[in-house]
Amino acid sequence: MTILAKFAPLREAYEGLKAVGYDPFSIQFDRILSPTEGIINGRRTILLGTNNYLGLTFDPSCVDKAIEALVEQGTGTTGSRIANGTYTGHGALEQALAEFYGRKSCMVFTTGYQANLGIMSTLVGKDDHLILDADSHASIYDAAKLGVAAVTRFRHNDPDDLYKRIRRLSDQPGNKLIVVEGIYSMLGDTAPIKEIAQVKRETGAYLLVDEAHSMGVLGQRGRGLAEAAGVEADCDFIVGTFSKSLGAVGGFCVSDLPDFDILRVACRPYMFTASLPPSVIASTLQALKRMQEEPGLRVRLMNNARRLYDGLTAAGFNLGPEANPIVSVQLGSKEVAIRFWNALVQSGLYLNLALPPATPHGMALLRSSVSAAHTTQQIDTAIELFTQIGRELGVIAPEPVLLRAANG
Amino acid sequence: MTSSADDIIAEIARTLGPTLNSPVTITADTNIVRDLGLDSLAVMNFVMELEDKFDISIPLDKIAEVETVGDLARTIQELRGA
Repeated sequence: MTILAKFAPLREAYEGLKAVGYDPFSIQFDRILSPTEGIINGRRTILLGTNNYLGLTFDPSCVDKAIEALVEQGTGTTGSRIANGTYTGHGALEQALAEFYGRKSCMVFTTGYQANLGIMSTLVGKDDHLILDADSHASIYDAAKLGVAAVTRFRHNDPDDLYKRIRRLSDQPGNKLIVVEGIYSMLGDTAPIKEIAQVKRETGAYLLVDEAHSMGVLGQRGRGLAEAAGVEADCDFIVGTFSKSLGAVGGFCVSDLPDFDILRVACRPYMFTASLPPSVIASTLQALKRMQEEPGLRVRLMNNARRLYDGLTAAGFNLGPEANPIVSVQLGSKEVAIRFWNALVQSGLYLNLALPPATPHGMALLRSSVSAAHTTQQIDTAIELFTQIGRELGVIAPEPVLLRAANG
Repeated sequence: MTSSADDIIAEIARTLGPTLNSPVTITADTNIVRDLGLDSLAVMNFVMELEDKFDISIPLDKIAEVETVGDLARTIQELRGA
């Protein structure tokens, strides 16, 4: 038995998946042409699964800032902030994010995953309690494993269940930290954050909101769900990422807690990894500026999201509960989802195949993420391809909706 | 109001019923992952139901230590006694 023998069942499942066609977990792009187009297997393909919400990855001003920093400051920092120090850019980005959120402090991390991993695992100590939504992202579950606090799950998006579970812990000492996400990454549903904030107030817990998929997407200024719902004052910590709306890589946490900065010498996923390269910091800083200068991006994004959501609903597909930039088609079986996904990629549409256990309730999903940079034509092409293949595979009714209208 | 280990095992078996694909006789020695074929998410969801039935909180790290139905029953008994 080799050390990798334990992965035999995983290997078998993965080989079975790859045997159908493309490898959904390692798709090869020959080239990326723009935020919304790439080339797969020589074929021009619409990118509808990249979380590139504002389409800023090719923004000329962001590219220019990155090049400038690259030339002036080099390719990397070659070490962590605590060992190799802080460059001007890291400090400037932290200040800009704190200002954007109207908060006292900000810490920048090398990835969004590390921001969740670091902040949550460090905030809660031995006698504290971490209280997670059951459908939390893997980074939140991994933070739970890295930390030493007791971890409790509550039913997805259920404030009453959250209240009940905190009440069960009421005779136990320690602080309680509730963790929710602005937009959940699999189905695109938002947290009922007003009600959750109320539970937080009633129970004296702290509240952390992961706005990874909602920053730049929701709220008057693009701060996320907490802003849109008017409960920012109840959110003690906001975590976010640079790898979605801001088009780069990295993560952050902002807070008003006066002693927040002590985490810089306590948070291991912050301390023991190299800091972001100056070019990434520079493009992110510029993208943050672009996001604020151009609220029209958000309007275009939501129009595109609504168009895709309504188009797929009209075609008869079963979608998530809300029209957000994450639009997921729910399919009856894994096998159908895998065939459907392959047919879409072969027809020139790339999106994500999401399978259990990464999905809630064992769902098999075709997950789209819409961008402000998509044209109306691209969205309509996506709807047409979905409809055509959906009919071929018997996922939706073969007859045009016209017939039903005539009968009615 | 402490239940015996057998009562708790019977309650666990009742809770597990709908989640299982094929009928299995559940005893204290039943291994939750190996014998019941539940993935990590299914185990966490099933534990959530037990938390409600017994009105207790079973922290995730406690679940990680549990292998058999008997282990789980003991954990529940301890948490209820506490």
